[in-house]
Amino acid sequence: MTAEPLEPGRRREIVRDGLAVSVATGAYGISFGAISVASGLDVWQTCALSLLVFTGASQFALVGVIGAGGTAFFAAASGLLLGVRNTLYGLRLAPLLGWTGLRRAAAAHLVIDESTAMSVTRESGAAARTGFLTTGVGVFVLWNAFTLVGAVAGEALGDPRDYGLDAAVGGAFLALLWPRLDSTQHRVTAVLAAALALVLVPLTPAGVPVIAAGVVALGMGLVSREVHP
Amino acid sequence: MSAAAIWLAVLGCALGCYLLKLAGLSVPGHVLEKPAVRRIADLIPVALLAALIATQVLAGSRDQPALVLDARLVGLGAALVALLLRAPFIVVVFVAALAAALVRAV
Repeated sequence: MTAEPLEPGRRREIVRDGLAVSVATGAYGISFGAISVASGLDVWQTCALSLLVFTGASQFALVGVIGAGGTAFFAAASGLLLGVRNTLYGLRLAPLLGWTGLRRAAAAHLVIDESTAMSVTRESGAAARTGFLTTGVGVFVLWNAFTLVGAVAGEALGDPRDYGLDAAVGGAFLALLWPRLDSTQHRVTAVLAAALALVLVPLTPAGVPVIAAGVVALGMGLVSREVHP
Repeated sequence: MSAAAIWLAVLGCALGCYLLKLAGLSVPGHVLEKPAVRRIADLIPVALLAALIATQVLAGSRDQPALVLDARLVGLGAALVALLLRAPFIVVVFVAALAAALVRAV
Protein backbone atom coordinates (compact mmCIF):
# COMPACT_ATOMS: atom_id res chain seq x y z
CA MET A 1 0.00 0.00 0.00
CA THR A 2 1.36 3.43 -0.90
CA ALA A 3 0.53 6.97 0.17
CA GLU A 4 0.91 8.24 -3.40
CA PRO A 5 -2.12 9.84 -5.07
CA LEU A 6 -3.90 7.95 -7.83
CA GLU A 7 -2.96 8.46 -11.43
CA PRO A 8 -5.92 10.40 -13.06
CA GLY A 9 -6.77 7.70 -15.64
CA ARG A 10 -6.92 5.01 -12.97
CA ARG A 11 -8.99 7.28 -10.76
CA ARG A 12 -11.55 7.86 -13.54
CA GLU A 13 -11.75 4.11 -14.08
CA ILE A 14 -12.53 3.39 -10.41
CA VAL A 15 -15.06 6.23 -10.23
CA ARG A 16 -16.81 4.96 -13.36
CA ASP A 17 -17.05 1.41 -11.96
CA GLY A 18 -18.40 2.75 -8.67
CA LEU A 19 -21.06 4.84 -10.39
CA ALA A 20 -22.17 1.90 -12.55
CA VAL A 21 -22.69 -0.22 -9.42
CA SER A 22 -24.47 2.70 -7.75
CA VAL A 23 -27.00 3.03 -10.57
CA ALA A 24 -27.71 -0.72 -10.67
CA THR A 25 -28.08 -0.97 -6.88
CA GLY A 26 -29.89 2.33 -6.41
CA ALA A 27 -32.55 1.36 -8.93
CA TYR A 28 -33.78 -1.49 -6.81
CA GLY A 29 -34.58 1.04 -4.12
CA ILE A 30 -37.83 1.31 -6.12
CA SER A 31 -38.75 -2.25 -5.22
CA PHE A 32 -37.80 -1.68 -1.59
CA GLY A 33 -39.96 1.46 -1.38
CA ALA A 34 -42.96 -0.26 -2.96
CA ILE A 35 -42.62 -3.42 -0.85
CA SER A 36 -42.19 -1.40 2.35
CA VAL A 37 -45.45 0.55 1.97
CA ALA A 38 -47.18 -2.68 0.90
CA SER A 39 -46.00 -4.21 4.22
CA GLY A 40 -47.76 -1.51 6.23
CA LEU A 41 -45.10 1.20 6.72
CA ASP A 42 -45.81 4.77 5.64
CA VAL A 43 -43.67 6.79 3.23
CA TRP A 44 -41.78 8.53 6.09
CA GLN A 45 -40.93 5.27 7.85
CA THR A 46 -39.84 3.77 4.55
CA CYS A 47 -37.55 6.69 3.74
CA ALA A 48 -36.19 6.71 7.31
CA LEU A 49 -35.17 3.06 6.84
CA SER A 50 -33.20 3.82 3.68
CA LEU A 51 -31.61 6.94 5.19
CA LEU A 52 -30.75 5.57 8.63
CA VAL A 53 -30.43 1.78 8.33
CA PHE A 54 -28.96 1.89 4.82
CA THR A 55 -28.22 -1.78 4.28
CA GLY A 56 -30.64 -3.41 1.86
CA ALA A 57 -31.08 -6.93 3.21
CA SER A 58 -31.72 -5.65 6.76
CA GLN A 59 -34.35 -3.23 5.46
CA PHE A 60 -36.12 -5.94 3.46
CA ALA A 61 -36.04 -8.25 6.50
CA LEU A 62 -37.50 -5.62 8.82
CA VAL A 63 -40.43 -4.79 6.53
CA GLY A 64 -40.93 -8.51 5.76
CA VAL A 65 -41.42 -9.33 9.45
CA ILE A 66 -43.72 -6.31 9.95
CA GLY A 67 -45.75 -7.33 6.88
CA ALA A 68 -46.12 -10.84 8.32
CA GLY A 69 -47.53 -9.38 11.55
CA GLY A 70 -44.40 -9.78 13.69
CA THR A 71 -43.60 -7.54 16.66
CA ALA A 72 -41.29 -4.51 16.57
CA PHE A 73 -38.69 -6.50 18.49
CA PHE A 74 -38.50 -9.38 16.00
CA ALA A 75 -38.58 -6.97 13.05
CA ALA A 76 -35.61 -5.01 14.40
CA ALA A 77 -33.78 -8.18 15.47
CA SER A 78 -34.06 -9.72 11.97
CA GLY A 79 -32.63 -6.54 10.48
CA LEU A 80 -29.80 -6.49 13.02
CA LEU A 81 -28.80 -10.13 12.43
CA LEU A 82 -28.52 -9.43 8.71
CA GLY A 83 -26.43 -6.36 9.53
CA VAL A 84 -23.76 -8.45 11.29
CA ARG A 85 -21.92 -9.07 8.02
CA ASN A 86 -21.19 -5.34 7.75
CA THR A 87 -19.03 -5.69 10.87
CA LEU A 88 -16.83 -8.19 9.03
CA TYR A 89 -16.69 -5.87 6.01
CA GLY A 90 -15.52 -3.10 8.34
CA LEU A 91 -12.71 -5.30 9.66
CA ARG A 92 -11.39 -5.78 6.15
CA LEU A 93 -11.89 -2.12 5.20
CA ALA A 94 -10.31 -0.49 8.29
CA PRO A 95 -6.64 -0.99 7.31
CA LEU A 96 -7.32 -0.03 3.68
CA LEU A 97 -9.21 3.18 4.47
CA GLY A 98 -7.00 4.13 7.41
CA TRP A 99 -9.51 6.69 8.72
CA THR A 100 -10.04 7.76 12.35
CA GLY A 101 -12.31 10.07 14.33
CA LEU A 102 -15.19 11.83 12.56
CA ARG A 103 -14.12 10.59 9.15
CA ARG A 104 -14.36 6.98 10.37
CA ALA A 105 -17.73 7.69 12.06
CA ALA A 106 -19.11 9.06 8.77
CA ALA A 107 -17.56 6.30 6.64
CA ALA A 108 -19.14 3.63 8.88
CA HIS A 109 -22.61 4.50 7.58
CA LEU A 110 -21.44 3.69 4.03
CA VAL A 111 -20.13 0.19 4.87
CA ILE A 112 -22.38 -2.06 2.75
CA ASP A 113 -22.01 -4.99 0.33
CA GLU A 114 -21.35 -2.82 -2.71
CA SER A 115 -18.91 -0.27 -1.25
CA THR A 116 -16.91 -3.15 0.25
CA ALA A 117 -16.85 -5.14 -2.97
CA MET A 118 -15.68 -2.09 -4.93
CA SER A 119 -12.78 -1.33 -2.56
CA VAL A 120 -11.28 -4.41 -0.88
CA THR A 121 -9.88 -5.76 -4.16
CA ARG A 122 -8.07 -2.51 -5.07
CA GLU A 123 -4.30 -2.31 -5.44
CA SER A 124 -3.62 0.55 -2.99
CA GLY A 125 -5.13 2.50 -0.10
CA ALA A 126 -5.84 5.48 -2.38
CA ALA A 127 -7.62 3.24 -4.91
CA ALA A 128 -9.62 1.54 -2.13
CA ARG A 129 -10.69 4.90 -0.68
CA THR A 130 -11.80 6.15 -4.10
CA GLY A 131 -13.78 2.97 -4.78
CA PHE A 132 -15.34 3.03 -1.31
CA LEU A 133 -16.42 6.68 -1.41
CA THR A 134 -17.69 6.69 -5.00
CA THR A 135 -19.74 3.55 -4.50
CA GLY A 136 -20.86 4.33 -0.94
CA VAL A 137 -22.01 7.89 -1.67
CA GLY A 138 -23.42 6.95 -5.10
CA VAL A 139 -25.51 4.08 -3.72
CA PHE A 140 -26.61 6.20 -0.75
CA VAL A 141 -27.94 9.04 -2.92
CA LEU A 142 -29.65 6.82 -5.51
CA TRP A 143 -30.95 4.21 -3.04
CA ASN A 144 -32.70 6.95 -1.06
CA ALA A 145 -34.04 8.75 -4.12
CA PHE A 146 -35.45 5.54 -5.60
CA THR A 147 -36.86 4.42 -2.23
CA LEU A 148 -38.94 7.62 -2.17
CA VAL A 149 -40.12 7.02 -5.75
CA GLY A 150 -41.08 3.42 -4.96
CA ALA A 151 -42.84 4.34 -1.70
CA VAL A 152 -44.91 7.11 -3.29
CA ALA A 153 -45.78 4.93 -6.29
CA GLY A 154 -46.60 1.97 -4.01
CA GLU A 155 -48.91 4.12 -1.91
CA ALA A 156 -50.78 5.27 -5.05
CA LEU A 157 -51.31 1.71 -6.28
CA GLY A 158 -54.00 0.60 -3.83
CA ASP A 159 -54.21 -3.05 -2.71
CA PRO A 160 -50.63 -4.36 -3.05
CA ARG A 161 -51.86 -7.94 -3.49
CA ASP A 162 -53.51 -7.07 -6.81
CA TYR A 163 -50.06 -6.22 -8.15
CA GLY A 164 -48.42 -9.28 -6.60
CA LEU A 165 -46.27 -7.10 -4.33
CA ASP A 166 -46.52 -9.68 -1.51
CA ALA A 167 -44.93 -12.21 -3.87
CA ALA A 168 -42.29 -9.64 -4.85
CA VAL A 169 -40.92 -9.83 -1.28
CA GLY A 170 -40.11 -13.54 -1.67
CA GLY A 171 -38.56 -12.81 -5.06
CA ALA A 172 -36.40 -10.05 -3.56
CA PHE A 173 -35.12 -12.35 -0.81
CA LEU A 174 -34.37 -15.10 -3.31
CA ALA A 175 -32.40 -12.65 -5.45
CA LEU A 176 -30.41 -11.57 -2.38
CA LEU A 177 -29.76 -15.19 -1.40
CA TRP A 178 -28.91 -16.47 -4.88
CA PRO A 179 -25.26 -15.30 -5.15
CA ARG A 180 -24.57 -16.74 -1.68
CA LEU A 181 -25.55 -20.30 -2.65
CA ASP A 182 -22.03 -20.84 -3.95
CA SER A 183 -20.95 -23.74 -1.72
CA THR A 184 -22.47 -26.97 -0.40
CA GLN A 185 -22.24 -25.62 3.14
CA HIS A 186 -24.27 -22.57 2.18
CA ARG A 187 -26.87 -24.60 0.29
CA VAL A 188 -27.32 -27.06 3.18
CA THR A 189 -27.63 -24.15 5.62
CA ALA A 190 -30.28 -22.51 3.43
CA VAL A 191 -32.38 -25.69 3.18
CA LEU A 192 -32.17 -26.44 6.93
CA ALA A 193 -32.99 -22.84 7.85
CA ALA A 194 -36.02 -22.76 5.53
CA ALA A 195 -37.23 -26.13 6.87
CA LEU A 196 -36.87 -25.04 10.51
CA ALA A 197 -38.71 -21.79 9.77
CA LEU A 198 -41.61 -23.64 8.13
CA VAL A 199 -41.94 -26.04 11.07
CA LEU A 200 -42.10 -23.07 13.44
CA VAL A 201 -44.59 -20.96 11.42
CA PRO A 202 -47.78 -22.57 12.83
CA LEU A 203 -46.30 -22.83 16.34
CA THR A 204 -44.77 -19.42 17.05
CA PRO A 205 -45.58 -15.71 16.57
CA ALA A 206 -44.46 -14.14 13.25
CA GLY A 207 -40.80 -13.18 13.28
CA VAL A 208 -39.70 -15.99 15.58
CA PRO A 209 -39.13 -18.54 12.75
CA VAL A 210 -36.73 -16.12 11.03
CA ILE A 211 -34.67 -15.41 14.15
CA ALA A 212 -34.65 -19.13 15.01
CA ALA A 213 -33.05 -19.80 11.64
CA GLY A 214 -30.01 -17.97 13.00
CA VAL A 215 -29.49 -21.05 15.20
CA VAL A 216 -28.87 -23.08 12.03
CA ALA A 217 -26.10 -20.64 11.03
CA LEU A 218 -24.62 -20.92 14.52
CA GLY A 219 -24.72 -24.74 14.48
CA MET A 220 -23.33 -25.08 10.98
CA GLY A 221 -20.57 -22.58 11.71
CA LEU A 222 -19.51 -24.45 14.84
CA VAL A 223 -19.54 -28.00 13.43
CA SER A 224 -18.08 -27.19 10.02
CA ARG A 225 -14.37 -27.05 9.28
CA GLU A 226 -14.88 -25.58 5.85
CA VAL A 227 -13.17 -22.21 5.46
CA HIS A 228 -15.04 -19.82 3.24
CA PRO A 229 -13.25 -16.73 1.94
CA MET B 1 -48.60 -2.84 14.36
CA SER B 2 -49.07 0.76 15.55
CA ALA B 3 -47.13 3.60 13.92
CA ALA B 4 -45.20 4.13 17.16
CA ALA B 5 -44.14 0.48 17.29
CA ILE B 6 -42.97 0.63 13.66
CA TRP B 7 -40.93 3.77 14.41
CA LEU B 8 -39.39 1.96 17.38
CA ALA B 9 -38.36 -0.94 15.12
CA VAL B 10 -37.01 1.44 12.44
CA LEU B 11 -34.94 3.56 14.85
CA GLY B 12 -33.75 0.59 16.93
CA CYS B 13 -32.63 -1.24 13.82
CA ALA B 14 -30.95 1.93 12.48
CA LEU B 15 -28.95 2.49 15.65
CA GLY B 16 -27.94 -1.17 15.92
CA CYS B 17 -26.97 -1.48 12.25
CA TYR B 18 -24.85 1.68 12.46
CA LEU B 19 -23.05 0.43 15.58
CA LEU B 20 -22.38 -2.93 13.86
CA LYS B 21 -20.79 -1.08 10.93
CA LEU B 22 -18.78 1.23 13.19
CA ALA B 23 -17.58 -1.71 15.31
CA GLY B 24 -16.02 -3.32 12.24
CA LEU B 25 -14.05 -0.18 11.42
CA SER B 26 -13.02 0.39 15.04
CA VAL B 27 -12.40 -2.97 16.74
CA PRO B 28 -8.89 -4.43 16.33
CA GLY B 29 -9.12 -7.08 13.61
CA HIS B 30 -7.85 -10.06 15.60
CA VAL B 31 -10.74 -9.87 18.09
CA LEU B 32 -13.26 -11.08 15.51
CA GLU B 33 -10.92 -12.91 13.15
CA LYS B 34 -11.52 -16.36 14.65
CA PRO B 35 -12.47 -18.90 11.94
CA ALA B 36 -15.68 -20.04 13.68
CA VAL B 37 -16.84 -16.42 14.11
CA ARG B 38 -16.15 -15.71 10.44
CA ARG B 39 -18.04 -18.84 9.36
CA ILE B 40 -21.05 -18.02 11.51
CA ALA B 41 -21.15 -14.41 10.32
CA ASP B 42 -20.88 -15.69 6.76
CA LEU B 43 -23.74 -18.18 7.29
CA ILE B 44 -26.16 -15.85 9.11
CA PRO B 45 -27.34 -14.03 5.95
CA VAL B 46 -27.77 -17.37 4.16
CA ALA B 47 -29.90 -18.86 6.96
CA LEU B 48 -31.95 -15.73 7.53
CA LEU B 49 -32.66 -15.07 3.86
CA ALA B 50 -33.70 -18.70 3.35
CA ALA B 51 -36.04 -18.51 6.36
CA LEU B 52 -37.43 -15.19 5.13
CA ILE B 53 -38.17 -16.68 1.71
CA ALA B 54 -39.92 -19.67 3.27
CA THR B 55 -42.07 -17.58 5.62
CA GLN B 56 -42.84 -14.81 3.10
CA VAL B 57 -44.03 -17.29 0.51
CA LEU B 58 -45.73 -20.02 2.55
CA ALA B 59 -46.95 -18.53 5.85
CA GLY B 60 -50.67 -17.75 6.12
CA SER B 61 -52.26 -14.63 7.57
CA ARG B 62 -51.89 -13.54 11.18
CA ASP B 63 -55.43 -14.82 11.91
CA GLN B 64 -54.68 -18.20 10.42
CA PRO B 65 -51.02 -18.95 11.02
CA ALA B 66 -50.67 -22.16 9.01
CA LEU B 67 -48.83 -22.84 5.77
CA VAL B 68 -50.68 -21.78 2.61
CA LEU B 69 -50.02 -22.54 -1.04
CA ASP B 70 -51.12 -19.61 -3.20
CA ALA B 71 -50.03 -17.19 -5.94
CA ARG B 72 -46.92 -16.22 -3.95
CA LEU B 73 -45.39 -19.63 -4.69
CA VAL B 74 -45.94 -19.07 -8.41
CA GLY B 75 -44.21 -15.70 -7.99
CA LEU B 76 -41.23 -17.38 -6.32
CA GLY B 77 -41.04 -19.94 -9.13
CA ALA B 78 -41.00 -17.13 -11.68
CA ALA B 79 -38.24 -15.38 -9.71
CA LEU B 80 -36.21 -18.60 -9.74
CA VAL B 81 -36.54 -18.87 -13.53
CA ALA B 82 -35.48 -15.22 -13.88
CA LEU B 83 -32.40 -15.86 -11.71
CA LEU B 84 -31.48 -18.94 -13.75
CA LEU B 85 -31.66 -16.69 -16.83
CA ARG B 86 -29.29 -14.28 -15.04
CA ALA B 87 -31.81 -11.44 -14.85
CA PRO B 88 -30.82 -8.40 -12.72
CA PHE B 89 -32.32 -7.91 -9.24
CA ILE B 90 -35.07 -5.49 -10.21
CA VAL B 91 -36.25 -7.74 -13.05
CA VAL B 92 -36.41 -10.74 -10.68
CA VAL B 93 -38.60 -8.79 -8.26
CA PHE B 94 -40.82 -7.48 -11.06
CA VAL B 95 -41.28 -10.95 -12.59
CA ALA B 96 -42.26 -12.40 -9.20
CA ALA B 97 -44.90 -9.71 -8.72
CA LEU B 98 -46.20 -10.02 -12.28
CA ALA B 99 -46.55 -13.81 -12.10
CA ALA B 100 -48.49 -13.63 -8.82
CA ALA B 101 -50.69 -10.81 -10.10
CA LEU B 102 -51.51 -12.80 -13.25
CA VAL B 103 -52.42 -15.90 -11.25
CA ARG B 104 -54.78 -13.81 -9.09
CA ALA B 105 -56.31 -12.09 -12.12
CA VAL B 106 -57.45 -15.34 -13.79
